[in-house]
This record gives sequence, C-alpha cells and structure tokens, in this order.
Amino acid sequence: MFALSESTIDTPRLGRGLESPRTGAVVIFEGRVRDHHQGRVVVGLAYEAYAELALAEGSRITAEARERFDIEQVACVHRVGQLAIGEVAVWVGVTAAHRDAAFAACRYVIDEVKARVPIWKHERYADGNAQWQHP
Amino acid sequence: MIITLRYFASLRDAAGCADERMASEAPTPRALYAQAVARHGFTLPLERLRVAVNGDFADADTPLRDGDEVAFLPPVSGG
Repeated sequence: MFALSESTIDTPRLGRGLESPRTGAVVIFEGRVRDHHQGRVVVGLAYEAYAELALAEGSRITAEARERFDIEQVACVHRVGQLAIGEVAVWVGVTAAHRDAAFAACRYVIDEVKARVPIWKHERYADGNAQWQHP
Repeated sequence: MIITLRYFASLRDAAGCADERMASEAPTPRALYAQAVARHGFTLPLERLRVAVNGDFADADTPLRDGDEVAFLPPVSGG
C-alpha cells in the first residue's frame, strides 16, 4: 500500500493497522522535517507530487518489497503540501515473522521511494530564501 | 497535434504554470522539451529529467500522438 496525505500522517492509526498474530517483527521508519540542511536554517517546507504517477510508482515499490522479502505487510504514506519542523514527511511500516526481513524491506522501500517516486521538496530558510531540491 | 505539458517543482516555477496545451509537431518528448526550453528558458538539461507520457514513465524518444500528456520530471527529492 502506498498513499499520499495532504494532512498530518496519523501514525498511531497506521501502526494499529499492522497488528496481526502472524507478526513477530515490526519495523517502522519515520522521515521527519529537520531544521537544517547543508548548514542553512530551515523554517519549513512543502512537498509537491505528480500524484497519479507517485501513487503508481509507490505501489510498484511496495509490491517489489513483497516479492523480494519474506514479509507480511508493507505500507508507506508520504505527505504533500506545507509541513512544519518536526512533522512526519514519510512513514514506512513493515511486518514480518522475523526481524531481518522486516528491516531489509523497510530500508528497501524508503530508499526506492526517495530515488524513484515523483515528489519534490521545497525548502524555506530562515534568511527568507526558498529552494526546490533537485539532487 | 495538441499536446498537454505538465510541469512540476522548479520547472513549474520557471514556466509560471502547472500545465499548458501546446500545438506542436515535435515527434518525441526530446524534441518537445527543446521547444519548452525555448519558450520558458528552462535550465535543467533533458539528461537530468525523467519523462512521463500519459501518466507513466517513458523514453524521451517515444513517438508522440495527438492528445498525449507529457511531463518532464526534475530530479526527485521526496522522503
């Protein structure tokens, strides 16, 4: 499952969605908005997505995680719109019978999402400037 | 033929719009991007972009058809 969210990601609800008697390991990754980037003070940011393609590519990534790793469930939610410092920008949750697969799949999903899903970060700085991140 | 172009992030800012319909005889997204560069002054080279046609990733040399929707995607920075 991959989704975009225009409002605060409800991490407790997403966590409850991972409950299952078959699960022995749960790995959750939260990417949060930090207050600095390459020496500059960040005061806030916005994410923009090509929504149709982001949903398609994100869903391909979670499907790949299911094929590659022995896991039970995998879900990822990415924020779009304006975010404040400390807010959750992206959430990945993976469950498995055992921890190795859960850790590996979680790492796979966040790395692939960052590399492939058409979402862009626009940072605003304390000095009044702002910039799209196109690494 | 009429092509719809969609722009995101810095390309959207540079174009001043999120999308536009354009009459173009560009046979491929590669040729279409050259026209968009001439029109909007984009500085990102095509080599740094990914191309999407009708909502899915596509090669820059895919033949275009009337009514296609083409997006030029700058390097992504989600997560």
